[in-house]
Amino acid sequence: MKPTDIRQPNYFHKVVDCQWACPAHTPVPEYIRMIAAGRYGDAYMVNWQSNVFPGILGRTCDRPCEPACRRGRVEENNGDKPEPVAICRLKRVAGDLKEDIRERLPKPARQKNGKRIACIGAGPAALTVARDLLPLGYHIVIYDGDARAGGMIRTQIPRFRLPESVIDEEVGYVLNLGAEFRAGTRVDSMKSVLAENFDAIFVGTGAPRGRDLDVSGRKEAAANIHIGIDWLSSVSFGHVDKIGKRVIVLGGGNTAMDCCRSSRRLGGDDVKVIVRSGFDEMKASPWEKEDAQHEGIPIINFHVPKAFTHENGKLTGVTFEVVEAKYDDKGKRSLVSSGTPDVHVPCDDVLVAIGQENSFPWIERDAGIDFDKWGMPVVNKETMQTSLPKVFFGGDAAFGPKNIIWAVAHGHEAAISIDKFCQSEDVAVRPPPMMNLLSQKMGIHEWSYDNAITGDLRYKVPLKDVSIALKNIRVEVELGFDAKLGYKEAQRCLNCDVQTVFNTAQCIECDACVDICPMDCITFTADGEEVELRARLTAPALNLSQDLYVATGLKTGRIMAKDEDVCLHCGLCAERCPTGAWDMQKSLIHMTHAGSNRPRPQFEKMPEAAE
Amino acid sequence: MTYLAKPKLHHPNLPLNKLGFTRRYYEGAISTLCAGCGHDSISAAIIQACFELDLPPHRIAKLSGIGCSSKTPTYFLGNSHGFNTVHGRMPSVLTGANLANRELIYLGVSGDGDSASIGLGQFAHVMRRGVNMTYIVENNGVYGLTKGQFSATSDRGSKSKRGAVNTDEAIDLVGLAMQLGATYIARSFSGDKQQLVPLIQGAILHQGAAFIDVISPCVAFNNHEGSTKSYDYVREHNEAVNFLDVIKFRDEITTEYAPGTLQEVEQHDGSVLRLRKLQDGYDPTDRIAAMNHLLESRAKHEISTGLLFVDGDPTDLHAAANTVDIPLNLLDDKALNPGSAALAKLNASLR
Repeated sequence: MKPTDIRQPNYFHKVVDCQWACPAHTPVPEYIRMIAAGRYGDAYMVNWQSNVFPGILGRTCDRPCEPACRRGRVEENNGDKPEPVAICRLKRVAGDLKEDIRERLPKPARQKNGKRIACIGAGPAALTVARDLLPLGYHIVIYDGDARAGGMIRTQIPRFRLPESVIDEEVGYVLNLGAEFRAGTRVDSMKSVLAENFDAIFVGTGAPRGRDLDVSGRKEAAANIHIGIDWLSSVSFGHVDKIGKRVIVLGGGNTAMDCCRSSRRLGGDDVKVIVRSGFDEMKASPWEKEDAQHEGIPIINFHVPKAFTHENGKLTGVTFEVVEAKYDDKGKRSLVSSGTPDVHVPCDDVLVAIGQENSFPWIERDAGIDFDKWGMPVVNKETMQTSLPKVFFGGDAAFGPKNIIWAVAHGHEAAISIDKFCQSEDVAVRPPPMMNLLSQKMGIHEWSYDNAITGDLRYKVPLKDVSIALKNIRVEVELGFDAKLGYKEAQRCLNCDVQTVFNTAQCIECDACVDICPMDCITFTADGEEVELRARLTAPALNLSQDLYVATGLKTGRIMAKDEDVCLHCGLCAERCPTGAWDMQKSLIHMTHAGSNRPRPQFEKMPEAAE
Repeated sequence: MTYLAKPKLHHPNLPLNKLGFTRRYYEGAISTLCAGCGHDSISAAIIQACFELDLPPHRIAKLSGIGCSSKTPTYFLGNSHGFNTVHGRMPSVLTGANLANRELIYLGVSGDGDSASIGLGQFAHVMRRGVNMTYIVENNGVYGLTKGQFSATSDRGSKSKRGAVNTDEAIDLVGLAMQLGATYIARSFSGDKQQLVPLIQGAILHQGAAFIDVISPCVAFNNHEGSTKSYDYVREHNEAVNFLDVIKFRDEITTEYAPGTLQEVEQHDGSVLRLRKLQDGYDPTDRIAAMNHLLESRAKHEISTGLLFVDGDPTDLHAAANTVDIPLNLLDDKALNPGSAALAKLNASLR
């Protein structure tokens, strides 16, 4: 097999499963160690650098990092229930317990570079663009139809999951960099924005239209049928403060979960989620389903809504066809009638949360931006650029509904592109990430990270008592980890960024590392092709998504093959190595953001601290 | 050494043996030997061998003397019986234990100092008595605990770490074991578990005196140029005579072997030692030929490894002493004290 080139930043980046899985590539183990050390402000800044909204994401993120977390894999067959590190909720710990970090944030640029950028929409994607570009001296104009910035973060996420103060704080950090926020200014013509001669325009308008359910009775009973995201934002702004006693929520995504839990707090005693698909195929995150069930909300699956029933113009209930899942020989699922009679569920109100759509009525189709046959703009997946070179898209507006962390990732990429575009550089040439490798050795058996592996299982986040939580929609349900629990949970992190680095020239092939490795990751064996090699390692390497670290050039002609899959990063291989052929080195991967390839203008003069 | 205990977590797909144990169950405390010590690899090989043989750990007794090697029983088979004896006296204690309870599996672990210097007499007698045991010498040719003096197995002409040349002749424990009547004799290298693990398994299944000399480099004091027990030297001069597969119960031979290259030795318990010959004409059942081969290869500065000699039908101390089948420690008062009538009868038979 070809020896591994560990100088490629992506090799070790991939070993850090959480960071690799995070769209914004947040250096997770780095900030978790800081939390364990009580350096909450530092942990917050590491996050802020990567994902802009640590406090918000620490409560609402879709957490692609957690299913990827190595801890979940190594706990398999080692106890009752394997679970990843509670990465998302640790992020919140950094946000909750940090000291005042305002001094550490970038200052508004002292020197403007003369370029003017418009951001349409003030959601997470646009705010990320603004955050990345403002310190470089760009003048950023942010338009939003609402009075306050935040976009869907503010309008769609209920307060019991995300307090307004957190939004104000983190949105504020961005606006305070000197953005010009044109609040309450809904853009209804792209051409008019183009006419203002901005150097570039970023569109981050989200997926603002909730899908409707056009079945019989929809019009007649309209007064009690609400579109989920619209209803949520009305609740958020305080326009709606009650709902009927019996509520049906249609849909199985996270919006449906927010709708049903909000209903429980606004007078709904008998709230049900009724979904077409099976429970397991629902789009909602498992923990959001759990939270809903915890609040006494049943989730009824395999029910397809057929009609709204009504009497005298008032909604009386919904009729459902009961279906079951059938799979064809290709494994494709279809829902077919189960043959049992239709079910009528009486109710007072229905919330329709069956999906969101993009909607660009305000972009004139002759403005120069290409749209595809589904009405979506044609956006370059890497540069976020459209056919009109000065217009860039990001967030849900670019490729349909995703989540906040993806919007942030898009924002970073778009900011790089806009910066390059405004500096007349080639937008297609993307800056590579930077990687530092630094030995963690402090002494013979001393490392600068905690290499002892705890056997603790995942800690649960304490919740507010349900009876109190359900009384007030503004009471946050999750209390978050306190410092003590946060420390314990942080210690479950395996420090996957502290890499096992092998130096062939020093190896005497004594087998000490092979013998000590608790997970049987290391093998010295004859060379072979990857497929065949994987099968004959000390522990066969069956997880093909995880790389083999291969080193050649040993005296006996054998190779060293290490399966990265379930390595605990405990450093015992390095401790037992008599020659230092193994070393534990921290790989700190810095994603390159806009302008990080050149000195920032505000630092061309002496920074403030030195004056 | 390391300050950390080895994490309890194990590979998710770690196999179980017939007793439902993982290999990790056969481990002991974490080693306090120097990093890279060959002895740790031998411990790992013993763990692997016992796991694969499905041995119940509580039926194994591990005995050792004094020295780096004799510390190692702490680092494997944490659920077995152990006895750390006086320097060089492990063979006597093992003999006594074996006499008292013939049903345990005896594993004697010793080093070149413990067996070839202070305990040489003990070594000789335990071999000639044919005690049913596996006797492993972790042979590094150096007194590691006292900072690297030559031991009795250091080759004449080899150099110490500080450059002194050894002028004394080396004791070849394999040669001694051959002369003294051991019935299973092997040599191996700590850096070659593929060879070592089956040799340990064969020795454990062997119902007589089994001896394995394992060359085990001392990374701290005997792994330099001029040493004849360094990783590099042993790898360069290692000449395996055969490769052993231990089969607990005879099965079909499924792999094709060239004629004359496969030799099988059936042992008392029904297990089969299947030997792939690596050197033409080497017959490990011929003691005299084996001894000749040893002398020849030594003259050529080769280190002969593999199963060097085996007697498929050994006798042991209990057979010679004609003891009862029931372990002596299980005999009850009635059996041990049959009464005055039985004594009178015995006395009469001697008149």
